[in-house]
Amino acid sequence: MKFAVIVFPGSNCDMDLFHAIESGLGEEVDYVFHTETKLENYDAILLPGGFSYGDYLRSGAIASFSNVMESVKQFAESGKPVLGICNGFQVLLEAGLLPGAMKRNEALKFICRPVELTVENNETFFTTSYDLNEKVNVPIAHAEGNYECDEETLKHLEQNNQIVFRYVDNPNGSVSDIAGIINERGNVLGMMPHPERAVDELLGSDDGLKLFQSMLANWREHHAITS
Amino acid sequence: MPLLLEPNTEEVKEKKLYREMGLSDEEFKLVERILGRLPNYTETGIFSVMWSEHCSYKKSRSLLKKFPTTGRHVLQGPGEGAGVVDIGDGQAAVFKIESHNHPSAIEPYQGAATGVGGIIRDVFSMGARPVALLNSLRFGELDQPRTKYLFEEVVAGIAGYGNCVGVPTVGGEIQFDDCYKGNPLVNAMCVGLIDHNHLQVGQAKGIGNTVMYIGSKTGRDGIHGATFASEELTDDSQEDRPAVQVGDPFMEKLLIEACLDLVQSDALVGIQDMGAAGLTSSASEMASKAGTGIEMNLDLVPQREQDMTPYEMMLSESQERMLVVIEEGREQEIKDIVSKYGIEAVEVGTVTDDKRLRLTFKNEVVADMPVDALAEEAPVYHLPSKEPEAFKRNQSMNLELPKVKDANKLLVNLLKAPTIASKEWVYDQYDYMVQTNTVTAPGSDAAVIRIKGTNKALAMTTDCNSRYLQLDPKTGGEIAVAEAARNIICSGAEPLALTDCLNFGNPEKEENFWMMEKATDGMAEAASQLSTPVISGNVSLYNETNGTSVYPTPVVGMVGLIHDVEHITKQQVQLEGDLVYVIGETALDLGGSEVQKQLFGKYEGAAPKIDLQVEQQRQAQLLKAIQQGVIESAHDVSEGGLAVALAEKVMGTSYGLNVALQGEHLLELFSETQSRFIVTVSKENKDSFEQVVSNFKLIGEVTSGANLNIKWNEQSVINQNVESLTDQWKGAIPCLVKSKG
Repeated sequence: MKFAVIVFPGSNCDMDLFHAIESGLGEEVDYVFHTETKLENYDAILLPGGFSYGDYLRSGAIASFSNVMESVKQFAESGKPVLGICNGFQVLLEAGLLPGAMKRNEALKFICRPVELTVENNETFFTTSYDLNEKVNVPIAHAEGNYECDEETLKHLEQNNQIVFRYVDNPNGSVSDIAGIINERGNVLGMMPHPERAVDELLGSDDGLKLFQSMLANWREHHAITS
Repeated sequence: MPLLLEPNTEEVKEKKLYREMGLSDEEFKLVERILGRLPNYTETGIFSVMWSEHCSYKKSRSLLKKFPTTGRHVLQGPGEGAGVVDIGDGQAAVFKIESHNHPSAIEPYQGAATGVGGIIRDVFSMGARPVALLNSLRFGELDQPRTKYLFEEVVAGIAGYGNCVGVPTVGGEIQFDDCYKGNPLVNAMCVGLIDHNHLQVGQAKGIGNTVMYIGSKTGRDGIHGATFASEELTDDSQEDRPAVQVGDPFMEKLLIEACLDLVQSDALVGIQDMGAAGLTSSASEMASKAGTGIEMNLDLVPQREQDMTPYEMMLSESQERMLVVIEEGREQEIKDIVSKYGIEAVEVGTVTDDKRLRLTFKNEVVADMPVDALAEEAPVYHLPSKEPEAFKRNQSMNLELPKVKDANKLLVNLLKAPTIASKEWVYDQYDYMVQTNTVTAPGSDAAVIRIKGTNKALAMTTDCNSRYLQLDPKTGGEIAVAEAARNIICSGAEPLALTDCLNFGNPEKEENFWMMEKATDGMAEAASQLSTPVISGNVSLYNETNGTSVYPTPVVGMVGLIHDVEHITKQQVQLEGDLVYVIGETALDLGGSEVQKQLFGKYEGAAPKIDLQVEQQRQAQLLKAIQQGVIESAHDVSEGGLAVALAEKVMGTSYGLNVALQGEHLLELFSETQSRFIVTVSKENKDSFEQVVSNFKLIGEVTSGANLNIKWNEQSVINQNVESLTDQWKGAIPCLVKSKG
């Protein structure tokens, strides 16, 4: 399976994500610059966390207009998997690939710490290796992770089982404790916690690895059927 | 073309304008002698920043000479952007600490943020990837509104810059004492990783080579920052706000990636950050180190504002700028590399053979000075010193020893004292995990980051208990180095080298200079004894507000090597049933202790004594025991003594301790006697441990019941629920920050 890690100017979790795929998962991965437009050779697109363009405007706002994002949209429309982590989630929201928006954390401060999440949906492309309602330990690191959407959208997300991860102890004020959501079609996941920071016991947790393993397993299954 | 608004050459001398820039009458005469003519306004400005204490160390140089700077691991000692130590396998660690005290006192967010940015540039200008940030902060008491503001903004500034640039802030220390009220200390340290063959130097070699400018445009911010940093703060200092720079961490991140790409190119000859004194210092230092000169055309310098004068361009401290020297004819290669990151590289000058810094502007030579005079030949001062009267009085003082009525209450109060209280509120705001190497997060004795692709890890810490230095600067200086090494050892690492940030008051006051002499004596001795040479550093003087100096605060940043990640040792207890040992004897050392502050509201008497030979031996034994795998957890005993250290062993865990101690006075429980550790050892390793380590005492066991029980001479004196202790220890700082006062 071949992954692309998109690099926006100022991205700073791109290398961590690259490392998680290359060393943690053991699959092929490339850095793809924000100026690129060709993504068809890849099986999954990863939008990294951290910052993009310094996020001097709303987080992810400028990155969502970069050249590569048109191709990411087409990639998503073709049904292939797109994962946005932290800033990547913010970019997906700004690009309209996922519903809702991010506000600043309730305490108005950056928060970096390991948090506990509940896997609310283990039937997605990204989560089949988890048990339903499994508690997992994955770190967060963000200033704008307070997810917000209108009541109708929330109802919709809940009815379609689009809420994939919830915080056990809400750190940032997110509506309905939302930590990660998926689109209706089930191929675009956005999440604030950083699974790429949880792929090695030495650093405190490897609970994030199952997310990447799920992607690989589901891609292989799909690949075996279609080929 | 005459420059409007700027004074002419005669006016600089007649009106003594050089004084405002920080040059003395004698120094101005010396400049005149060096040039063989009167310096013009621009030249006077350039000399004044290059001869400021910040750039020239003219008042501290005699003290810095005492430090050991070589050793078997040292690849690069003081003199370049940062020091370099070998860590095996062709890799090296690059690190340095630097102060940003004065800017932070005036504009705390930007002051702290640009302090972080500057130290990161020092590290990547060596060709190294910055992999960790630490800091050492000092504030007044948290019950003052101004202090709360400074504290919150400094932390936000460090977070704002470090988080955005993607270098994890993994450790640090914060001390709160009234002497820092008007003059907080903000010291930032950066650690980088590099392969030996990529090491760069800041040298302008090769006559005819091209000097290029990379990064942000030059504006009018930070003009004369280095001079401002070399003066005392007064009530009028708020007017110096324009001397504080503004940081752009996004540009810094682009610069890091562009420069790390650049160092792969053999077209690059030399690279240096435009830090303090900006274009002036980078150009003259690069030329002076290489024995060359530089001619620069200031019309080519990228400018952010209109009608900038040569004086303004040369003295601006606009951030996120680098000066590089490139092989002649290969400029386009460099432009192509950096343009990938959206950055411009511009030719601004050439390397010459006449050892002069010559600047042209609008087809006129506007400055022409010998580079060595600027970079190397600042006058060196041997300032007079005098032992303060308080020193002798403190050494012979008999301290009052009040009876401890309620040890439980005293412990809780100590845990809530801001200097001891959990700093979670602070490091929660720092991205300490980015780059996915952080094994031991902030809040431990030392931070630990693994080195990907190897079995090794680096341990790092910053330390300085300035209260001891205030009472006895030599002993305090020794302790600062020893404590840093203790923290490194506790994490399972071999201490390699240190970087220092000497924060003192006005050195022209004899008693202050005496403090500096003694403190550096102590540091030099300890650094030799513990084999941790000084490989980089920074001096920050004039830390005074309205005539009152801060405590002598020579902060030590230390890095150690963990040879095998299996050796990584945590501060907190690991398992029920493990044995608890204290290594080292306990005496009644109250001078400069946190319990003295708690009971009397001041520090007096003698500082704790330290025997460096004993220290060295104990550290070596403990490290050996850790490397043999017989230690489950290790923690040094510092502020608050044994009682606090024991609490710190269990707070945040689900375990408790049952320990029994003996002594003559219950205050010993809070005494800050040096060279002590608390370790836990599994029962099966009891014998192996006792064979390797000496001076130990078995004092108890780790329990599953989360209670801290301490018996003193068979009597229960402390019995506390660990969860409640943890809540109070963690809640203290958020509570103080939120309270109105």
